[in-house]
Amino acid sequence: MNATAESRESIEPTGTRPPQLRAARVRRQSVIKFVILFVTLAFLFVPLISMLVFTLRHPLSGRWSLAPWVAIFTGNGESLGADLTVLWQGLGASLALCAVTVVLMLLLMVPTMVIVHIRSKALERAIEWVATLPLTIPAIVLVVGLGPIYRWLSSSLLNTNPIWLCFAYVVLVMPFAFRAIAVGLNSIDVKTLVEASRSLGASWPKVFFRVIIPNLWQSILSASFISIAVVLGEYTVASLLGRMNLQVALYQLGQSNSQISTAMSLLALLFGVVLLVALDLISERVAKSKEGK
Amino acid sequence: MSLAEHNVTAPKADEDAFKNDPTASLDGIRPKDVTAAAKALLKDSTTRGGGIQMQDVVKIYPGATKRALDDFNLDIKPGEMVVLLGGSGCGKSTALRSLAGLEDIQGGRILVGGQDVTGVPVNKREMAMVFQAYSLFPHMTAVENVEFGLEVRGVGRDERRKIAMEQLELVGLADQATKYTQQMSGGQQQRVALARALAIKPRVLLLDEPLSALDAKVRVQLRDEIRRIQLNTGTTTVFVTHDQEEALAVADRIGVMNHGRIEQIAAPQNLYQRPATEYVATFIGLTNRLPGVSNGEEAVVFGQRVPLLPNSKKGDLVAVLVRPENLTLKRTGETDSKVGEHARVEVIHFLGAVARVDCEISTGEYQHWNKGEQLKVTVQLPANELPAGLAVGDDVVVAPRPVAALAC
Repeated sequence: MNATAESRESIEPTGTRPPQLRAARVRRQSVIKFVILFVTLAFLFVPLISMLVFTLRHPLSGRWSLAPWVAIFTGNGESLGADLTVLWQGLGASLALCAVTVVLMLLLMVPTMVIVHIRSKALERAIEWVATLPLTIPAIVLVVGLGPIYRWLSSSLLNTNPIWLCFAYVVLVMPFAFRAIAVGLNSIDVKTLVEASRSLGASWPKVFFRVIIPNLWQSILSASFISIAVVLGEYTVASLLGRMNLQVALYQLGQSNSQISTAMSLLALLFGVVLLVALDLISERVAKSKEGK
Repeated sequence: MSLAEHNVTAPKADEDAFKNDPTASLDGIRPKDVTAAAKALLKDSTTRGGGIQMQDVVKIYPGATKRALDDFNLDIKPGEMVVLLGGSGCGKSTALRSLAGLEDIQGGRILVGGQDVTGVPVNKREMAMVFQAYSLFPHMTAVENVEFGLEVRGVGRDERRKIAMEQLELVGLADQATKYTQQMSGGQQQRVALARALAIKPRVLLLDEPLSALDAKVRVQLRDEIRRIQLNTGTTTVFVTHDQEEALAVADRIGVMNHGRIEQIAAPQNLYQRPATEYVATFIGLTNRLPGVSNGEEAVVFGQRVPLLPNSKKGDLVAVLVRPENLTLKRTGETDSKVGEHARVEVIHFLGAVARVDCEISTGEYQHWNKGEQLKVTVQLPANELPAGLAVGDDVVVAPRPVAALAC
């Protein structure tokens, strides 16, 4: 190497390597990325694919058949010797619980969080702490506390209808809903928007429905979808309190026909994924329409 | 397009039609006349612009020991533009927010147009506010933002769209009507906020440091535009700022605030030339603290008799506050006058039309009075009066002009 080449080597930053070396490095990096992606996807999808295979191939006879899926979509499991009534009951209860829980959660969380966000930062921190508690308390411990309350509710005030699980579920979804709504509240200057609309003559309901909600709707949607996913997947509380929901029904059905039960679990999972993808697509479209005009 | 660029030549009959009939249509009026008609509409709001009295208002924030507003008094005439000026924490924004109804007050009364609005909620006060932070509703376009206040008041869709477009034209943003906040610059957003505030024809327009988030050039443009629109609409306006240049440029009167009270409220020129307190004198513009002997009406500073403003202190050694332009500067040897004090030039700032010279008084006589420091003065002269060839280190004689000053 002559003196000029040496001096060039010494002053060149490490980023400006010869193109062949750079290409080799990029190739190496993309291989590593591919391996990581493959392992992650395998970790996620192997159980799902196994579930799918399990629904299609009879565990004892080894015969391939679409019978469990046909049974679900036709609503008739007699050919497989399964009574699907309990499944429909559970599904109905879970869907109703989703709706009621989301409504209750929104009615409770949105106004509370907005008011606290505007009025008191200290109280906001306290609410955040309280809202995170259900994450740290195991569901089984929660049920120990909820048990007597639900016994009293069932005997004195309400009945044993699974819909009343909504109160427990509002508590369960609180950490997720809180986070989703808090993200929305922190992304806009709520205080100034409220003050601006108030000073323009808007009443509180008008401020809430015409200014706050439209600016929070993505967070509200996100909180709702996450809540639906949580409620659809909830088993422990419903089972221990002796109420019927989708997961309890799936468990019971699994005792008599595990293929139909697994197929239904897959469908519930797919429904959750569709909700989250839809949320993402809607958010993207709204953001584009505002920036693109 | 700004308001000034419009050719305001609408037939008088059209203007009158708008004044007399608030639901009059713009159909049939030539496009050029729309602004004139809009102005005619807005002129009508002059009668709605109310005077303001804030009487002994007290505001204490929860947990605070000090009063944010301490027996605060303010009297504003209808159609006037008053600027509240002061450093941070002086209570100027609190005063504005209390007037708007955004803060509860613990004492005193607030009257607008003679009506007591102390307990009236913010949405019933018929005021409108432009905030320091961008406050447009992000989910609405510019025109929808401007329509909001009208929508709240139940104005029909067509009527409110018409008024909103007129207001946007007034602030020169009619062509941006369908844009969302994310697509507008800071200056445009504040213009839309101004249009939104004016659209409801408020009794009082409140501006809470609306220009402080903008860059210098836009700030000056919008400042002038706000003043022009305010003069045109005749809306009583309270403008809060910490920027004295902004205050001096737009105000009919400036109220200088300190510790939750107005120290002095006066026309900009009066405030500058006849400050009532040391705080006002030092807050507005530059001032020199020079030692003098005062009898309360006159003081002798550097051997020169200087008339004193009311509220001046008597005493053997008081501080006389002399503006830099009220000092003269001559080379030593070029003056035979007996008045003045010898000084040495430290820095010369040439500022175009004027020059500012920082000097250090040579004699140590005042050192004790000036807390052990050598006394320094700043002299401002028209550039053509600057002694030729004056350089740093030169010996000069500095003397006050006989212009009224405050002794404290």
